[in-house]
Amino acid sequence: MSANALARWGARALIGAPMLFLLSFFLLPFLVVFKISVSEMDTVFFRDVLTWADGLITLKVNFANYFILVEDGLYLATYARSLGYAGATALICLLIAYPFAYCIARSPSERRPALLMMVMLPFWTSFLLRIYAWKILLADSGVFNQMLLALGLIAEPIKMMNTPFSLVLGMVYCYIPFMILPLYATLVKMDLSLLEAALDLGATPAQAFWRITVPLSKNGIIAGFMLVFIPCVGEFVIPELLGGPQTLMIGRVLWDEFFGNNDWPMAATVAVVMVLLIIVPLALFNKHQAESHARAGA
Amino acid sequence: MKSRQSLAGVWMAVVFVFLYLPIVTLVVLSFNASPMVTSWGGWSLRWYEALTHDQEMIAGFRLSLAIATLTACSSVLLGTLAALSLHRFKRFRGRTLFVGMVNAPLVMPEVIIGLSLLLLLVSVQRLFGFPERGFATIWLGHTLLGMAYATVVVLSRLQEVSPSLEEAAQDLGCRPLQVFFLVTLPLIVQAIGSAWLLTFTLSLDDVVLSAFLSGPGSTTMPITIFSRARLGVSPSVNTVAAITVAVVSVAVVAASVLMARAQRRRDQEMAAAYRLG
Repeated sequence: MSANALARWGARALIGAPMLFLLSFFLLPFLVVFKISVSEMDTVFFRDVLTWADGLITLKVNFANYFILVEDGLYLATYARSLGYAGATALICLLIAYPFAYCIARSPSERRPALLMMVMLPFWTSFLLRIYAWKILLADSGVFNQMLLALGLIAEPIKMMNTPFSLVLGMVYCYIPFMILPLYATLVKMDLSLLEAALDLGATPAQAFWRITVPLSKNGIIAGFMLVFIPCVGEFVIPELLGGPQTLMIGRVLWDEFFGNNDWPMAATVAVVMVLLIIVPLALFNKHQAESHARAGA
Repeated sequence: MKSRQSLAGVWMAVVFVFLYLPIVTLVVLSFNASPMVTSWGGWSLRWYEALTHDQEMIAGFRLSLAIATLTACSSVLLGTLAALSLHRFKRFRGRTLFVGMVNAPLVMPEVIIGLSLLLLLVSVQRLFGFPERGFATIWLGHTLLGMAYATVVVLSRLQEVSPSLEEAAQDLGCRPLQVFFLVTLPLIVQAIGSAWLLTFTLSLDDVVLSAFLSGPGSTTMPITIFSRARLGVSPSVNTVAAITVAVVSVAVVAASVLMARAQRRRDQEMAAAYRLG
């Protein structure tokens, strides 16, 4: 075998191994989910979409679950609520993280690694345990209420746990590093002489910020927003631990259909619709990732 | 100007307090003598002592540790292969799909990944009679997630590496595998190390994928913690949290100090080499 052919086979093996893994365990499962969402559930086992009987292949597609989902206002309201909470979380993360990332990016360069490590350190600590910590802080007899009562600021405990407030707080808390890091990455690379030029040409600092800094950090804003928004739509653990009856989210509905009702086709339907809802943000995110790879590689 | 700088300082302090307050609270309360988590009953180590008898938690920890170790190895292997192919080959059939599949698990809600992988495994099981849900299926799910993170970490390091180093090795007569092991691998080994640690902690912490993919007798530590936290606050969870925080802080600080030192040494060697040349 010539050296060229060998190199070609090497390249194929290099690309092929991870590709095959992803095709079998990421893409194929989605097709299975779609198939099951249009199947019927017979007692415990679902019937196949394609059946082979008397020499005939019959394709039986059943969209009943999709009709149930659209007709039942409860599902639609839950989807809308999930999108709303995820959007609010991403927006609040952006408002907190932007000035923060800006400060780190403009601090002396020898101090930046330590500051970034302080951002990452909580992220390395268990996500689950950090959410649990908010339960202790926000409970009716929790740390915050006890402090406020002791200071005499309130007469009786404020209800903070199991409300939209505790839910969004928990999601902001967990996902904010995903907003800070991409913002920091774009802000630190920015050419500061552009700002000087703008100021020399008579722009006020506010004008220079809105017309130069913000547009130049657009990529970081998009990446951060998607990194927070998309997983929050389907979040399960945070609403389960910090949310309440008014904050039912779609991740919980999927979980209950599967583990509670054992209705696999319905759970699959809920999942397919969730994927459809996040497919546009997902495509945006992928485009951004691909572009940043291409830029860095160039 | 002065006031703007102090405003920036205040904002950074506020955000850091927000990030660390829950962690500090957990650590302090793990030493609380009172069985009521939120009322202070003096300092005590009784919950740490109780943890040593907590068989459920200990068994879960053992299982999680084993899964996390294997997950970190397999994720880093697949992630490095994926990063190398994306870095080396700018154009091949299916590259767009490949990039999409590598990046999607970073943001895809875990309930969707868990459900779809489980339904696939159940379908396979009905056809071939295996695999049983348990250790191996959790490992598979965690690897899918970990691989995406490992790819991002290794790829961003590969993009910083100057291609002239590999070209020089080739010009000097190295074969492709030699170039990889003598030049590329030493340059990215730190990123591989970070990716290993990152995927290890991700796996050690995962609830949702594990819940979908576990079977009877394979209850990981996060599943145990989650089911206790669901019921309310519990002193046992506080002690686990405090231990986790201690271990993670020491490991992360030590790793970053070691990496910074290695980086400085390499930079010095590179600078010296350039001076010679």
